[in-house]
Amino acid sequence: MTAAVEESKLIAALRDGDQTAFAQLVDRHTPSMLRVARGYVPSHEIAEEVVQETWIALIKGIDGFESRSSLRTWLFSVMINIAKARGARERRDTDAAIAAYTGGTVDPSRFRGSDDAYPGHWRPDDVPSAFPDTPEGSLLGRELLAAARRELDKLPERQRIVVSLRDMLGFDSAQVCELLDISTANQRVLLHRGRAAVRQVLENYLKEATP
Amino acid sequence: MTEYSMDCNELVELVTAYLDGALDPDTRTRFDRHLLECDGCANYLQQFRETVRTVGQIRDDELDPAFRQRLLDAFKDFG
Repeated sequence: MTAAVEESKLIAALRDGDQTAFAQLVDRHTPSMLRVARGYVPSHEIAEEVVQETWIALIKGIDGFESRSSLRTWLFSVMINIAKARGARERRDTDAAIAAYTGGTVDPSRFRGSDDAYPGHWRPDDVPSAFPDTPEGSLLGRELLAAARRELDKLPERQRIVVSLRDMLGFDSAQVCELLDISTANQRVLLHRGRAAVRQVLENYLKEATP
Repeated sequence: MTEYSMDCNELVELVTAYLDGALDPDTRTRFDRHLLECDGCANYLQQFRETVRTVGQIRDDELDPAFRQRLLDAFKDFG
């Protein structure tokens, strides 16, 4: 709760025109706003414009801002609306496209075939093994973090946005559905595919890195 | 194989729903039973949790100083 208390202090200071408070909020929220905005617009420059408009909207509307919702949720929801109004690519077809894709998230060759006594089970020579303990800051931990980050950046745009919001920024499922205007089921499909892709990359990395 | 069985290739597609607590009770039971007898899937779940934890540690780059300054200038203009 201390973070929430601190944020309400910053918002109160912002109402009084405190530029330091504004700078703190900008530093805290802008990088992740850019990350998400970039998924809606065709260039980094336009993403910056969208983020800037969002901050201006907050400055202009700070007196009416209700601290009932968290500032971050407010910023993201306003920003996504601005991005859409800026001629974001048409997305009406995405729900259908998400539902139409039915492929698995694990290479099917890792499972036993229908001629086996245990079809659909792991092939004995390719059973997953537990990832090692990697304390934060350890060399392997840093390498895995870098690999995860590279893969996150490569994910298809909607998967990347959902995984970023859920796992990197800690929004919950209901918030993400509302922000992105997608169904719970589709949110989960996107999240699962994105996580599975990152998991595969980490597994590959560990296979190569550890003897 | 009982009526409760679940294959590994089914389980791996349900992990996110499992972690979200979104499986229906019957499916959750089959998931948990399968985990008890399958080390491969228990490890897969551990890998998935580690993956989520690792993604949770990703931090965005520092702000581009010129863009940061533009935002601070906007505050002076509109504040």
